[in-house]
Amino acid sequence: MTAAVFAPTGAEAAAPAAQVGLGQAINQALAAELAADEKVLVMGEDVGALGGVFRVTAGLRERFGTDRVRDTPLGEAGIVGTAIGLALRGYRPVCEIQFDGFVFPAFSQITTQLAKLRARSGGRLSLPVTIRIPYGGRIGAVEHHSESPEALFAHTAGLRLVSPSNSQDAYDITRAAIACPDPVIVFEPKGLYWSKGQVAEPPDGAAPDLSVLNRARVARRAGETGGGQVTLAAYGPSVPQALAAAERLAEDGVESEVLDLRAISPIDFDAIAESVARTGRLVVVHEAPVFFGAGAEIAARVTERCFYLLEAPVLRVGGYHLPYPPALIEHDYLPGPERIVAAVRRALDF
Amino acid sequence: MPTALAPSPSPVPAPPAGDETPPAIRPEPAVRRAIYRDMVLTRAFDQAATALQRQGELALWAPSLGQEAAQVGSAHALGEEDWVFPSYREHGVLQSRGVDLKQLLPLFRGADNGGWDSEAHRVHLYTLVVGAQTLPAVGYAMGLALDGAAGAVVVYLGDGATSQGEVSEALVWAASCAAPVLFFVQNNGWAISTPTRTQARVALARRGEGFGVPGVAVDGNDADACWAATAAALGRIKAGQGPQLIEALTYRLGPHTTSDDPSRYRPAEEEASWMARDPIPRLRAGLEEDGQADADFFAEVDSAAAALAAESRRSCLGIEPPDLSTCFDWVYGTEHSLVAEERAGVAGR
Repeated sequence: MTAAVFAPTGAEAAAPAAQVGLGQAINQALAAELAADEKVLVMGEDVGALGGVFRVTAGLRERFGTDRVRDTPLGEAGIVGTAIGLALRGYRPVCEIQFDGFVFPAFSQITTQLAKLRARSGGRLSLPVTIRIPYGGRIGAVEHHSESPEALFAHTAGLRLVSPSNSQDAYDITRAAIACPDPVIVFEPKGLYWSKGQVAEPPDGAAPDLSVLNRARVARRAGETGGGQVTLAAYGPSVPQALAAAERLAEDGVESEVLDLRAISPIDFDAIAESVARTGRLVVVHEAPVFFGAGAEIAARVTERCFYLLEAPVLRVGGYHLPYPPALIEHDYLPGPERIVAAVRRALDF
Repeated sequence: MPTALAPSPSPVPAPPAGDETPPAIRPEPAVRRAIYRDMVLTRAFDQAATALQRQGELALWAPSLGQEAAQVGSAHALGEEDWVFPSYREHGVLQSRGVDLKQLLPLFRGADNGGWDSEAHRVHLYTLVVGAQTLPAVGYAMGLALDGAAGAVVVYLGDGATSQGEVSEALVWAASCAAPVLFFVQNNGWAISTPTRTQARVALARRGEGFGVPGVAVDGNDADACWAATAAALGRIKAGQGPQLIEALTYRLGPHTTSDDPSRYRPAEEEASWMARDPIPRLRAGLEEDGQADADFFAEVDSAAAALAAESRRSCLGIEPPDLSTCFDWVYGTEHSLVAEERAGVAGR
């Protein structure tokens, strides 16, 4: 059921959409929202003339002008803090933080101001601020350029966290994030910016579907009749890794279902429980350190909800309790198909 | 193409010298009387709130005693179209903007988190994270400029806040965007126990210069001067000459908050010297000297102040704690399954 909501429509099937990179899909989504609502602003370091260090905002300044696509001074607290003021004035700012490891100067503005003003004001104030953070590893970057800080934000009420794993979701999630009245942090898997996929744009004037901020997607069915042996739950950059692991497992006759969570706050526990009901085992995969990570929350809740459905403890595959390692050895740190397959083997052995 | 937020022309025009008090232009008599009235009402409320905390009815209170001239004098120079972003001690500013001060009590009693209707009086909510209000204030001013609106933003901060990195970023942004914003720094001498000299080796009036935000210092216990400096600054800002900073030199006569004990770090003679410069008798003397107010006026103000104190006390004692289940209602503007689940759990207890 969850998957059906996001299945291509007949019209799209009839006219296949172009293949575009995930980063390019975000660019299209930003352009669509800038065009649809003059209150939407794009702001951040180097987002204008350069088009962002990953070129995700390329061409937007030329099309929408320097007032709406703003190169800011270099200061993350300033980017988010002024976005809060602009949102209070009725704007819908979309902030770019250049890299994951640079978001911390803005942490106070995000957690003490942005997340709390709606609750503090008894719902009078609305802060439709989107914060885009290119995150995660696999691009061979230097220190502070490959981190996964999502759990630090997920612990704060008032924020929504999402992470797309493919071009269509990147497009839909970006538009939904901007349209959403709540602050949304979009963790963009920078290692997937160039991965191609189809993007079907909705008809002109169609409102973004906010449900993509809440709901997981079945990325791989275990089989036509169900009967899979394990669910792999992942989001963002870990989804392709989980899919690759599922292919390897299938070669050995192990049927697995891959759930792309998309939303990290809230997490779609209904979708996870439905999948676990089909498979009986759950392995959670993310790049962030396992300790106190999203996987810990998922394991705890699934244990509460699905205790009698589980054939094995919920297992987690993710980063270690280390500062992100030097890039030349990041492949030993990041969860790839091999470690995921090993975890599935452990789950099957219970 | 709109250019409201175009960067300031470079190089930044030389700011005026940082320690000049602007020409002594006095507010009109009616305005001066209104300032006096709001100062006295603010003090009466502040003293009632301090007493309520001492009696265990408020969890905490941040007294504004001694700072009434800086707050009320400056706030009366604002127009209807202007916006205020306060810190957490700006009771006199709120009184001047028509916010019912009794609305502050639930925050300090622990019954809500300070959510008055900020749009109604164009006064943003109090911010307890020191200096954090400055960046949203600048962002709001950027929005005013983008809208081509007539107003400006006045952001209130203290001497301690000027040490926060976010305040430096706010000055950078304000200058870079030529945002219509006035930084009104109340230098009240002490950031809890940290004296101003630990925050600044150069007058705070000059703190903005290197950012391209010119500053002036003003006697913060002189309500007329605070009004005049603010009126002049807002005139410049609204004429498109970019942001400005005012340092109002005043003194926090009471503790930082009711949890503080200034006798442990502050010389009694320093307090006494500032007590002698109390801004309320000073303005009263001015009004009397100039024949701008009579005994009936002062009696009416005193009576209104006593009534506000009594009402505040009654109001405070009547504040009930909210139902926890209502706290789930405002966290998100759209459905969030975790909140829905926990709300249902609380309702089913």
